[in-house]
Amino acid sequence: MNQGDLLAVLPLIVIGYAGVVVLVIGAFWRNHCAMSALTLAGLAGAFMAIFAALPTIPRQVTPLLRVDSMALFFMGLFFLGGFAVAVFAHDYLRTNGPGSEKFYALLLFAILGMAVLAASNHFASFFAGVETLSVSLYGLIGYTLGRKSSLEASLKYLVLAGASMSFLLFGMALIYFQFGTMEFDALAGAMRGAEVTPLVYAGLGLLLVGFSFKLAVAPFHTWAPDVYQGAPAPISALIATGSKAAVFALLLRFLTLLAVRELGSLFLLLEIIAITTMLVGNLLALLQRNLKRLLAYSSITHMGYLIIPLLAGGGQGVSSFSFYFVSYFITTIGAFGVIAALSGPEHELDRLRDYAGLGFRRPWLGAALGLMMLSLAGVPPTIGFMAKFYIFTAAAHSSLWLLLVIGVLNSGLAAYYYLRVLVALYSQAPEEGMTWPSVRAASGIALVALTVLLVVFGIYPTPLMSLAHAMWQAWLVVP
Amino acid sequence: MILTWLILIPIIGGGVAWAAGRVAPALARWVALAACVLDLGVASGVWAQFYGSAGSGAPFLEQRATWIPQLGISYHLTMDGLSLLLVLLTALLGVVAVAASWREITTSVGGFYFSLLAVLTGVTGVFLSRDLLLFYFFWELMLVPMYFLIGIWGHERRVYAAIKFFLFTFISSLLMLAAIVGLVFLHLRATSVLTFDSAALLQTPLSSAAATWLMLGFFVAFAVKLPAVPVHTWLGDAHTEAPTGGSILLAGLLLKTGAYGMIRFAIPLFPQASAAFSGVACVLGVVGILYGAMLAFAQTDLKRMVAYSSISHMGFVLLGIYVGTGIALQGAVMQMIAHGLSTPALFLLAGSIQERCRTRELERLGGLWRTAPRLGGFVLFFALAALGLPGMVNFVGEFLVLLGAYKLNAALGIVGSLGFVLSVVYALRLVQESVHGPNVHGWRISDLTGRELAALGVLAFLVLTFGFWPKPVFTAARSSLAATSLALAPPLPAAQPDIAAEGRGLP
Repeated sequence: MNQGDLLAVLPLIVIGYAGVVVLVIGAFWRNHCAMSALTLAGLAGAFMAIFAALPTIPRQVTPLLRVDSMALFFMGLFFLGGFAVAVFAHDYLRTNGPGSEKFYALLLFAILGMAVLAASNHFASFFAGVETLSVSLYGLIGYTLGRKSSLEASLKYLVLAGASMSFLLFGMALIYFQFGTMEFDALAGAMRGAEVTPLVYAGLGLLLVGFSFKLAVAPFHTWAPDVYQGAPAPISALIATGSKAAVFALLLRFLTLLAVRELGSLFLLLEIIAITTMLVGNLLALLQRNLKRLLAYSSITHMGYLIIPLLAGGGQGVSSFSFYFVSYFITTIGAFGVIAALSGPEHELDRLRDYAGLGFRRPWLGAALGLMMLSLAGVPPTIGFMAKFYIFTAAAHSSLWLLLVIGVLNSGLAAYYYLRVLVALYSQAPEEGMTWPSVRAASGIALVALTVLLVVFGIYPTPLMSLAHAMWQAWLVVP
Repeated sequence: MILTWLILIPIIGGGVAWAAGRVAPALARWVALAACVLDLGVASGVWAQFYGSAGSGAPFLEQRATWIPQLGISYHLTMDGLSLLLVLLTALLGVVAVAASWREITTSVGGFYFSLLAVLTGVTGVFLSRDLLLFYFFWELMLVPMYFLIGIWGHERRVYAAIKFFLFTFISSLLMLAAIVGLVFLHLRATSVLTFDSAALLQTPLSSAAATWLMLGFFVAFAVKLPAVPVHTWLGDAHTEAPTGGSILLAGLLLKTGAYGMIRFAIPLFPQASAAFSGVACVLGVVGILYGAMLAFAQTDLKRMVAYSSISHMGFVLLGIYVGTGIALQGAVMQMIAHGLSTPALFLLAGSIQERCRTRELERLGGLWRTAPRLGGFVLFFALAALGLPGMVNFVGEFLVLLGAYKLNAALGIVGSLGFVLSVVYALRLVQESVHGPNVHGWRISDLTGRELAALGVLAFLVLTFGFWPKPVFTAARSSLAATSLALAPPLPAAQPDIAAEGRGLP
């Protein structure tokens, strides 16, 4: 490992050390503000380290990690998203409660796991990344022990993540058995030449099941609403965005190497998964009365949309995929951020009813949540519209007409439940005696920043699209 | 740049009005009015400057800037005669809508005017955009503020009406988005040029199946807005539940965007597919004329009655557009203007009556003329306009459409002209049951205020002016209609002198 290698993995090193530092300092100085400040500094440092790593890419660091433009793009997204989550978490936890250092350390470790996944090019690093992420999430989901649902959610996640891990491992084992390698490049090369045996199909199928659990796509989506509802709101945001994006980034790398369009049956399977996921998520969301569950189902649907550019592939596919994730991060973290800003570890405002009349009593907060909903629905002038439009162009570019039409119809269907939130915000009177706590400064600033980004990129998405496109071009050179 | 200002003035004014509303509601009203008057002033300035060149064919104002170069999307605005007419109508109705809401809206006044002006921005953008994505962007931009206008400031069943309105238009628009994307990428495959500019897409070579599907995607979106008959059900609820200002914008402007989209995009982009489909569309138009009139007659709610009469009037527009000869298209445009002047006036009057009597039920009204003669007079005047009395602008539009339709297919023309009879029936019922007759319920209400009189007076003046002297509209619109006409009724040259020969005074 030479200096270039070290520079390339500097973001991972920074974020990993930040977690350790938080844990160690927190052991003898339990100060909530200091801990969160350290966490934010660590995330900012890791983000800065990306720029140090930029000149060295693309670079294979050990057989395990490949640091390239795609990896760095998603790492940047994780660090910025993690930054917003940490800000919301600071205001959400509020107090100097015991062990807040553990919360922040786990948050940093979870983000480390995501970053590893984005760069992983080997089954071993894939496994290490997923485990780091999942184990940290068990602790984070169950962190608010004052709420019974939090513990329930943690256990549920533990069992299901464990089960999905075993599927992944078995799938890896079968594929290793056939080809004798765990490196993605070598695997792809071997597969391209060889006839695909039933054993390989079984292995790929098991991997797909594992992925589906992690991404909460149909028919393995059932854990998502319970976990989202039970987890503390900032952590729900993290699960909905970061943990999904990390697995998706890995899937993007894996499927691009495999040239998924040439594997007809896998392609068809993914197409079916995409269609059922969009439909199931939407149908189940229609009558939700709980905002967090509604967002959970909405995130299931969005995972379905995201499979479209994944299957489309090519420049249009990869750049729209990345763009969509930026949009999804801004919007979903913002929506959970509003919930977090009004909630605390003992009690969360997660019923839709709790938000009745918010738009008039608290116009800024209401407008932020309203815009987030419009962005999720894909209505101009929000970034969600541009993102959806972009993936539709990717579908058209690759002639995936069926997915295009189904995606379009689902966007229409989805509008109904996002409108229900708007109805609550603006057309209903608040519940008797309802008061909302005041939003703390840091959360307020984060919400303003997210909302501004949402509108600015909704009107002028060009810089972001250029970035996504440049990322794809730099990525393309290698494989 | 002036085109951008036409789009920006309302939304900036809306933002200022919102901020002003937090200081004092009255201030928000004045700011909104000032913004609308300024917008109208700019639009009139454009009219004064370019009216002479409107007939030449080419757009006389154009602005182009890169927007999303990665996808070949540009910020491309143009103004030609048809756009100019509709932008003028937009600005005028903006002023009318602000005036009509003056006393009606008392809660969150700033937010109301922001929404109202945001709708105007979206509508103006729709009438000016030439890039298909830009067009779609503005098309959707109208939707959310309109949803708020209905859902927050509307009447009893506002939430239901607002959601229904939103879902109908949003889902149908998404079909159009899919069609836009499909068209652009088929164009890319054929020419390896990625562009969303409608002018460049006109020559896309398409298989007839693809053209039909894409055309239907556009048609459905426009037919919902228009509204054409099978997809009209949102209209009754939305118009009825909306506050007066919202109804004025819905009827006066949003319905026109559907017709405008057909003339500007659906037909020129897919000439063969549209020509093949025109029979169906014409029948839908005639069905709309008759069915809308019958629905209007059966209503017991004043606003609902006016709302359903819109279906009938817009049926004429649909018929005129898809008959596609020069005469019929001119008639369709005339009818758009006519409906945009007379129906908002009726909604304003319905709003005034509701504000004074606290009911819209025709059964509980009657005899208002005795206590409020000016109100009664205007109700009669605009009801006569709606039934197409010669000398008023609606007559010109409906007559030309039917003339065109008759030449194409006598049966179509004859059945369509039954609409004249039916409109007399519902319009007279409207007058009879609201303002005429004995004042059995003993209403004692104040007459129209100066503000209402001014708004109605301007509309009435225009209804008569264009009724007797429709030439300015014809001149402005003619060159814009050429592409549409060429697609549906190729032997165009014979059509234009026709009108002149019939003594309608066209140069």
